[in-house]
Parts: sequence; structure tokens; C-alpha cells
Amino acid sequence: METKRYTRREFIRNASLTALAGVSLPLLSSCAKEETEDFLQKHFREMTAEEKKQVIAKLEQRYLQKFGRKLQISTKEAVPDTLWGYGLELSRCIGCRRCVYACVKENNQSRHDPQLQWIRVLRLKRGNLINLENSDHYYNPDTVPEKGFIYLPVQCQQCQNPPCVKVCPVHATWQEPDGIVAVDYNWCIGCRYCIAACPYKGRVFNWAEPNIPKEEINPSVHYLGNRPRMKCAVEKCTFCIQRVRDGRYPACVEACPTGTRKFGNLLDPNSEIRYIIDRKRVFRLKEDLNTESKFYYFFEA
Amino acid sequence: MEKLRELWNETWHFYKRTLILVATGSKLYYAWCFSLLAIIIAGFLFYMRQHDAGLIATNMNDQVSWGLYIANFTYLVGAAAAAVLLVVPSYVYHFKPIKEIVVLGELFAASSVMMAVLFVMVDLGRLDRFWHMLPFIGSMNFPESLLAWDVIALNGYLILNIFIPVYLLVKFYYRKKPNWKFILPFILLSVPWAVGIHTVTAFLYNGLPARPFWNASILAPRFLASAFCSGPAIIIIIFQIIRKVSDIKLEDEALFKVAELIAYAMFLNLFLLGSELFKEYYSNSIHMAPVEYLFQGLHGHNLLVPWIWAAMTMNVIAFIIFLVPQTRKRLTTLNLGCIFVIIGVWIEKGPGFVIPGFVPDPLGEIHEYLPNLLELMVSFGIWALGLLVFTLLMKVAIPIETGEFTHTEFQKELMASRPH
Repeated sequence: METKRYTRREFIRNASLTALAGVSLPLLSSCAKEETEDFLQKHFREMTAEEKKQVIAKLEQRYLQKFGRKLQISTKEAVPDTLWGYGLELSRCIGCRRCVYACVKENNQSRHDPQLQWIRVLRLKRGNLINLENSDHYYNPDTVPEKGFIYLPVQCQQCQNPPCVKVCPVHATWQEPDGIVAVDYNWCIGCRYCIAACPYKGRVFNWAEPNIPKEEINPSVHYLGNRPRMKCAVEKCTFCIQRVRDGRYPACVEACPTGTRKFGNLLDPNSEIRYIIDRKRVFRLKEDLNTESKFYYFFEA
Repeated sequence: MEKLRELWNETWHFYKRTLILVATGSKLYYAWCFSLLAIIIAGFLFYMRQHDAGLIATNMNDQVSWGLYIANFTYLVGAAAAAVLLVVPSYVYHFKPIKEIVVLGELFAASSVMMAVLFVMVDLGRLDRFWHMLPFIGSMNFPESLLAWDVIALNGYLILNIFIPVYLLVKFYYRKKPNWKFILPFILLSVPWAVGIHTVTAFLYNGLPARPFWNASILAPRFLASAFCSGPAIIIIIFQIIRKVSDIKLEDEALFKVAELIAYAMFLNLFLLGSELFKEYYSNSIHMAPVEYLFQGLHGHNLLVPWIWAAMTMNVIAFIIFLVPQTRKRLTTLNLGCIFVIIGVWIEKGPGFVIPGFVPDPLGEIHEYLPNLLELMVSFGIWALGLLVFTLLMKVAIPIETGEFTHTEFQKELMASRPH
């Protein structure tokens, strides 16, 4: 049973918001219907179970209209005693970018204007690794791998000490108990401070209303993950929160044709990721910034 | 009850007369106000387009995610800070035309902060969620996020700089002596607060190790030094306009004194910049890339190079103008120097500071940014709004200061004493 508490904080909030709503009525009238409906929506972490249910119902209705099919929106919480970690074997990556497109499809990213991708594969001339200025982000050969190059895929590194969470002025992004850095897309104000703070370019912005063809929508979504987003909110890789909390691998791990990508629970001594950390030579990108990322790159032998 | 009614009448009367005062003026005044209004409306229409389409209507992108808006914001915070820093010591040390200067300076600061806040607002993707940032109502990430600090610092400064001049003006209106014991602590508080807003704004960039260009501890002092150049330069120009269109007497000597201050500040600014450049070029690490992009161009990308060199040239010429007594004490050269400083510092700490932070981006990508027409128009709109607000404030504040606009009781006296 949830007991209804009406705190002073809530009173101040409600009173002020009513006043604010009155003042901003002219501006709001120019907003879309959805924006007006969502205006007073609470922060996800402050919602009661009942409020979450209502929000999900509202979203399901909205998505049904927009995409013509029912989306399953999960709010599943973190599995106890898990801390997700990622391994990426650089010596295996052939730079085919299948992970990039599997991710776009799985996570309902905007397809064009703007085209958003959560994974970036950098091509580096052999002999380079740290100075990313030598990297090519838009290589486009007929076949991969190319002689003389190595490939470095980068996505959100799910830092244990995330600079993006620290700078967000409104707590719109935070770290979940299983280590995933999540965003409440409905709470983000679009200031883009987190984009400035991220050393890995792990965050991308919906510069316009996202654009996904109806037939390509992935209907199995998580509220903090791949549910269709709105314009001018930030988004990022969540290790496929909708999959990993259901015991599946992230889409990029499944899509990789060379077995470059590994995934597992850092707290489980028998997991594959722990095996890799214990036995391979691992390193993390920009370790000197003390972000304590949970994304381990390694080489065979 | 009777007293209350009287108070009500007088207040109503005051507002009515203020409106009349603001609405009547010379042809030039009308032309000025209406051209500003036209720019504001144009800016607003462009902003509505951005509001509908999203920030894709600007030239910003995932590589360069802040642009002209945040550049203007940074500059204006400096201008606001400098106005008070300049004005208050002159009050404390009983510099002669104190009364006028305190009020005008603080109103200038208030207008600048208002513009700075507006520049942040138009940069927000989701203006409808602005309330998430408000303390107690939303969920402000204080004290972790420097942006939360900035919200508090700027709004506090805005309130302070409205409260102090309004208090003084009301007293002058009633021809009463201000209670200095009451208001002086607020005036004194506005000094460290002015340093505070600019320091917090510097720290906002400074605290990001992901951006080596901003991650330099010399940043806050540099910000203050350059603010001490551009703020007073704007004030010198404004004071000359004010003494031309009103009865307020401002000695040339006061302007020259301020100009001398700019010379010292500019020396400090150039010195700090030089220190930064020495560190970057002598150590010559890969973190120098943004500096290289700004001053020389990087891998053939050099959009900002002519701008920064124009800024450097203007700053150095202005420094010489303000240093040499002969050029400092001639209004033509003085004004040229002021304009050079205003533009030079704007380039240096506006676009010349914000954009290179993003080039190259953390994964080494080089994407060049220049604002598009929409960003320019929205920015002009905000500048025009700031100027209009400042003009209207001056239209009321100046007659109160000279004693022309006063409580009805004294108004009759004033009329009687006039030789008709």
C-alpha cells in the first residue's frame, strides 16, 4: 500500500506550477498537444507505482496512434547484485559497423534529419590509438577490414564516476543500481551540458522531432531505454536496458559477426567479463580522466 | 483606511506618470525605441520557428553543441559583473558623481543579466521544462552542477540589481534621504556577488576535463580581466550618450579615469592570455589542438582564424590607446578604443572561447561551426530587448535623479520655481 503524503515541498511545487502555468499559457498554446499534456509530469524516480502505471498507459495510447501498433513499455528495475560491464576485443573488430545499425534498429533511434547513432566506429592508421585526432569517423570502403588500419568502436562507457550525471542541472540523468547511466527523456531540459562534459561523445541530441518508419519500430521497449523519444532531449546507450534486465545480451553483442563484443556482470566472479579482466590485458579509454568506465578494451594475448 | 487609500492613489499616480514619461519623448527617442521593437519582433518570430522545429533550426550539432547563444551569454555575464565592480568602489571611495553612477551602473547590470538569462533560455531545447531547474519546485542538482550554481548566482544578482536602484530611486522620488545603514550592506554584497557570477560562469566550463581548452585554471581570472575591459568600455559609451540626452552632468575626467582602468585590465587580460599560449605552445601536447584551431587552423580548418586575429589586433590597439594619456584623453580616440575593446573582447570570450572547446571534439572529429541567420536574428532580438529595457529604465531613472520627476507634492514646487 502506498500512503499518500502531501509534503510542504509538494504544496510549494503545486502552487507555483499553477501560477507558472497561467503565466506561460500563451507559449504553451503554441506547443504540441503532447507537450501540454506532459507539462506537469513528475520526475520518473519521484513517481509512485500508480503514477508510473498512468504514465505508461498514456504513452502506450500515444505510441499506438503514432506507430499503429502496441508497444510493451517496461519499467523493470535493476536485477539485484548486478553491475554490468562490457568487453571489446580490439584485435577482432573488422569495422563493419553492424553493431551500429543493430543498435539503431533495436533502440528506435531517429533515422534521418537527424540521424542518430549511439555507437561510433573510429578508423585509425596502425600505429595510433590514443590521439583520436588521427581517426576517421566516416570511412567508407567497399570491403572491411582494410590493410593498415584498426577499428575502435566507442559508445557510452557507462562510467562509475560519470561526468554527465555530475553536471546535469536537473537530475535528468543518473546511475541505476546496476551501473547503467539512464536518462528520463521527459525530464531533460535540453541544455546539452552533459554533451559538453562527456569525454567519449557518448550522448547525442534529438535536434528535431525523431523520425522512425512505422514498420521499423521495435515494440519491446523500456521507459529508461529505447522507447521512442521526443525532440530536443538527450539520449545515449543504455547497454540495451530493455534486454539486459531480461537476461539477454545487448543488441550490439548479438550483432557482432566476429565475437568482438563481450558482456556480463562484474560482480559475478564466473562471468565472461570477469574472466577477461582477470586474464587479458585490458585498458579503458581516457583512464586518466578518472571516469572509472565499465567498458574494457582488450587484445588477444 | 484613509492612509491606505492615499498610498494606493499615490502608487497609481506614480505608475500612470511613469507610463506617460516613458511614452513621450523626442523624435529620436521614438525612432530608437521603435527600431529596437522591430528587431525584437523579428527575433521573436525567428525564435518561434526554432521552437517549432527544434534546435535543428540552428547550426549547432552533436559536435559543436553550444554556439552563438552561449557565447553571448558568457560575454554578457562579464559585462554585468564589470558594471557593478566599476561602480561600487567609486561609491565607497566617495568618487564625485556617485549617486548617479551607482544607480545607472546597477540598472545596466540588471539589463545585462536579463539578456544573459534570455540567451540561456533560447538555448534550451525544452523551454517548456524550464521549471525543472527552479529550486524547491523542480529538482535542481545543487551543489553538484555548476549550471545550478549559475541559475542561483544570476537570479540573485538580478534581484539585487533591481532592488538596490529601485530602493534608491523611490527615495529620491520622495526626496528622502536613503537609509544608508540599510542599503549599504546590499551594495557591498553586490561586489563579491559580481565577482561570483563571473567566477561561477568560468567554472561552468573550467570543470570539464573532457574539454582541455576550457580545463585551464587561468580561466576565471581571465574572465574577470576581460570583463573589466568590455564592461567599462560599454559604460564609457553609455555615459556619453546619457549626458548628451539628459541634464546629468558627467565630467570628462570621470571617463578618462575609467579608461585608465581599462588599460590596466587589458594589460592583465593580454598577460593571462599570453601565459595560456605559452603553456600550450611550449608544452606542445595534443591538448593544444583547440588553440591551434583558433589561432592557426587545424588540418586545413580555419574559420575562426581571421576573427581571433582581428580581436587580438583590436585589443592591442585599444590597450595602446588607453595607455597613452594623449589618446586616452581625447574623446574621438577614446571612443574608438572603446569600440575596439567591446568587439575584441566579444570575439575573444564569446565565439573565440566557446567554439574551440568543441573543435576537435572528444573523439577527434573536426566540425566547423558558424551561426546561421536564425541564430543571428534571435541574438539581435535579445540584444535589442536588453537595450530597450535599459533605455526605458533610464527614461525614468534619469529624471528622478535630476529631480525633475518627483512626488506630486514637490512637483508643484518644481512647476512654481520654473521661470514661465
